[in-house]
Amino acid sequence: MTIQELAFKSLDYRKKILKYIKLANAGHTGGSLSCIDILNILYNEILNVLPHNFSDKNRDRYIQSKGHSVEALYVVLADRGFYPESLLETLCQYQSHFIGHPTKKIPGIEQNTGALGHGLALSVGIAIAGKMDRASYRVFTLLGDGELAEGSNWEALMAASHYELDNLVIILDYNKLQITGPNKEVMKLEPLSPKFEAFGCSVREINGHDLASIKQTLQDVPFEKGKPSLIIAHTIKGKGVSYMENAIKWHHGVPNDAQYQQAMEELEDRIINLQTIVPQ
Amino acid sequence: MSLEMTIKQRDNNQGIPNLEAFSNTLQDLAYKDNDIIVVTSDSRGSGKLVPFGEKFPKQMVEVGIAEQNLVGIAAGIASTGKKVFAVSPACFLTARSFEQVKNDVAYSDNPVNLIGISAGVSYGALGTTHHSLHDYAALRAVNNITILAPADNYETEMAIRFAAMTKEPVYIRFGKKPMPYISKNKDFEIGKGRLIKEGSEAVIIATGETVFPSIEAAAFLESHHGVSAGVVSMHTIRPLDIQLLSDLAAKYPVMLTVEEHMVNGGLGEACASYLLQKGKHVKFKIMGIPDEYTVTGSQLEIFNHYGISEKGIAAEVMKLIE
Ligand SMILES: [Mg+2]
Repeated sequence: MTIQELAFKSLDYRKKILKYIKLANAGHTGGSLSCIDILNILYNEILNVLPHNFSDKNRDRYIQSKGHSVEALYVVLADRGFYPESLLETLCQYQSHFIGHPTKKIPGIEQNTGALGHGLALSVGIAIAGKMDRASYRVFTLLGDGELAEGSNWEALMAASHYELDNLVIILDYNKLQITGPNKEVMKLEPLSPKFEAFGCSVREINGHDLASIKQTLQDVPFEKGKPSLIIAHTIKGKGVSYMENAIKWHHGVPNDAQYQQAMEELEDRIINLQTIVPQ
Repeated sequence: MSLEMTIKQRDNNQGIPNLEAFSNTLQDLAYKDNDIIVVTSDSRGSGKLVPFGEKFPKQMVEVGIAEQNLVGIAAGIASTGKKVFAVSPACFLTARSFEQVKNDVAYSDNPVNLIGISAGVSYGALGTTHHSLHDYAALRAVNNITILAPADNYETEMAIRFAAMTKEPVYIRFGKKPMPYISKNKDFEIGKGRLIKEGSEAVIIATGETVFPSIEAAAFLESHHGVSAGVVSMHTIRPLDIQLLSDLAAKYPVMLTVEEHMVNGGLGEACASYLLQKGKHVKFKIMGIPDEYTVTGSQLEIFNHYGISEKGIAAEVMKLIE
């Protein structure tokens, strides 16, 4: 896909995330909007995962450690044909399989996540198995910044480096906010890049909303032979909706009717702008 | 070891630690199956897995002293179809990494075999940090894990062979002292208690390393009190053999459970809960480690202190009969 086409996708995904959160009257809005550009590139450009090959042993694996941003994942998987998008109307409804965190009951989802600090160790295990089998698949995992306070992440990083897992790609959705407030007030993370390097990762920092940059970086993995690749993606929580951007209250939050209409208009305007700037 | 060797040893009643029986069985399986993977947390020595590591270095993953990582990584490996045994002292495996067990193994349906070594009070005087008196209770409260406590080498071997085959999460715990064979009967089936000795006046339902003293207690009751007591090895704590429990409750007026676990939330409470809800009333006693700071001592001394012994169990049976 061209970058312009991908940009359309991102805007469309954002609208859908808000649509289904509004319908469900629940959801992790800010985090889904901060990671959606990354998921867009992963599923449309990088992962060799489609509904027809989801049981293939050599499929790439995507494990979403920051499970609460599941609305982003649900929307992308529907777009990739794993299930009809209309099923998302049941999000968080009584007896729906579409719960508020990733679950293997949904086609396309690899692992049940949601408790923070679990996805990386799972990914390390899958990557170790890949090395044992000399398999061609790669393992991608998306971490949130708040969950880096979980010590289990650092245990897993040690193992990733010890076992030289260059088939593992760790992406940090670094929006710098968590439920209580800025990371730096809740639990200081910086200096982050040197920490990851000290734990044996090959680190790159990117703008997590620059689609071309995300794509290029993910195409470059592994950054170094024998090391896990770690991408610090600088993002904006609530990205794409002016009043949600960098606002703690939108960690989880459902827009009221007026807010919803404003958000949709903002996203629609961007779609129109995109069409004007680069004519089809 | 091969099954034939196990049976031969059993016929001679020579037992080795269940821990070694586990390691031997795993090596036997790994010779024929390179999908058998062992994950350890600096626990290969205490898990008697050094020979396994030497013979099958590519089938062993070391994670260092990091039990959360142990279980998370084991779950990831298991998700690819391998037969994973995550081996760590029971005390850490079922407490430090409890959330990984709950989410990454049980809830995510990753069929890890969780092997809790040096379980119960096997670590003796090393104290409460190293005891696992909570593991049955903790795991009984988590959906989707079979819980096994083999009594002797034969039950251990059968439990490990089952674990290697099944596609569901399993927890198996055992200690490190040599265990005599409790029965020459060859019947072992997951989810079916083994009636080791028939009786008429009372039945002792034991599990794991408390089965042997229960057998001794039954013999003592016979010789000293003329009381006929049956003994069951309830190696599967979940799923509980409710058919056997019903049958036992119909036949025996007195029932004792014995476990190397706190009296809260283990085998005894599982049995009591079933029987009461079915309206089956027997004189009933749960023996185990009481809800208090555990006394200092070896495994045997702790057992004796709390009456998990030939005479202690027999005395409790007599109290219920009288
Ligand atoms: Mg954040």
